[in-house]
Amino acid sequence: MATTTSRPAPTPSREPPIDRRMSRDRPVGGMELWAWLFMRVSGLLLVLLSVGHVLIMHVPDGGVSRIDFGFVAVRWESPFWRTWDWLLLVLALIHGINGLRNITLDYVRPPGVRVAINLTFYGLGVVLFALGSIVVFTFDASKWPGAV
Amino acid sequence: MAIGARKQKSDYGSPYKGHPGQWSWIFHRITGVAVILFLFAHIVDTSLVGWGPEAYDRVTKAYDNPIVRLLELGLVAAVLYHAFNGMKILLIDFFPSLAAKIKPISIATTALFLVIMIPVTVIMLQQTWDLVKA
Repeated sequence: MATTTSRPAPTPSREPPIDRRMSRDRPVGGMELWAWLFMRVSGLLLVLLSVGHVLIMHVPDGGVSRIDFGFVAVRWESPFWRTWDWLLLVLALIHGINGLRNITLDYVRPPGVRVAINLTFYGLGVVLFALGSIVVFTFDASKWPGAV
Repeated sequence: MAIGARKQKSDYGSPYKGHPGQWSWIFHRITGVAVILFLFAHIVDTSLVGWGPEAYDRVTKAYDNPIVRLLELGLVAAVLYHAFNGMKILLIDFFPSLAAKIKPISIATTALFLVIMIPVTVIMLQQTWDLVKA
């Protein structure tokens, strides 16, 4: 009786196996294939969004010491940066939580514990997605006159 | 059947052992976990901007600390490493024939990481030092 379903035996057509072991095997289909593809497409976008974000925030002009409420208020006057930050929020959250799911499936074997860990991260992800989205889209600095 | 299955801790932990990609694979995991855990906190602290300047500035003051600044340097390094190593994964997954060129690709992504990370480290350490002096 099968006890392991996550790593099927490699098919003979996948030779030589040694040179393919640079990344997770591409799943054969279904949701796992979409998740695999999402990690790669979102990863490509995140190279720009996240690397750009950390370099802009940490390097020029004193780095994070210049960041305060006024800095965010001026930055979010621009729809460009609101869109950038929201895309970064969504893609990084899903990419990261799916990464945690992959790691959980690799290292945690009891099915109940797997489900519990993954559901915890999904729930956290939904809450943080809602919180971040509401703030990015509803932020209005004019509610605090004189703060900018 | 359960006894043998339980003992095997990981499906993916060992097949990579000894492969040239094993260290980049481990670093990719570690940096990925570090970044997502920070992101959880970072969404909350940034969201405080919706509660006004007092709330936001009080919490982001916690970042004005030399030790936190050094952790931030680690965070930037983790993001850059994960991004450039991820580009290597993308190349090899979408163009499998490039698997034979794994060595030069690894050298290129590592070089890109270092070329950006060295000046960034100098600048961020300078900022940390300015904070210590202040």
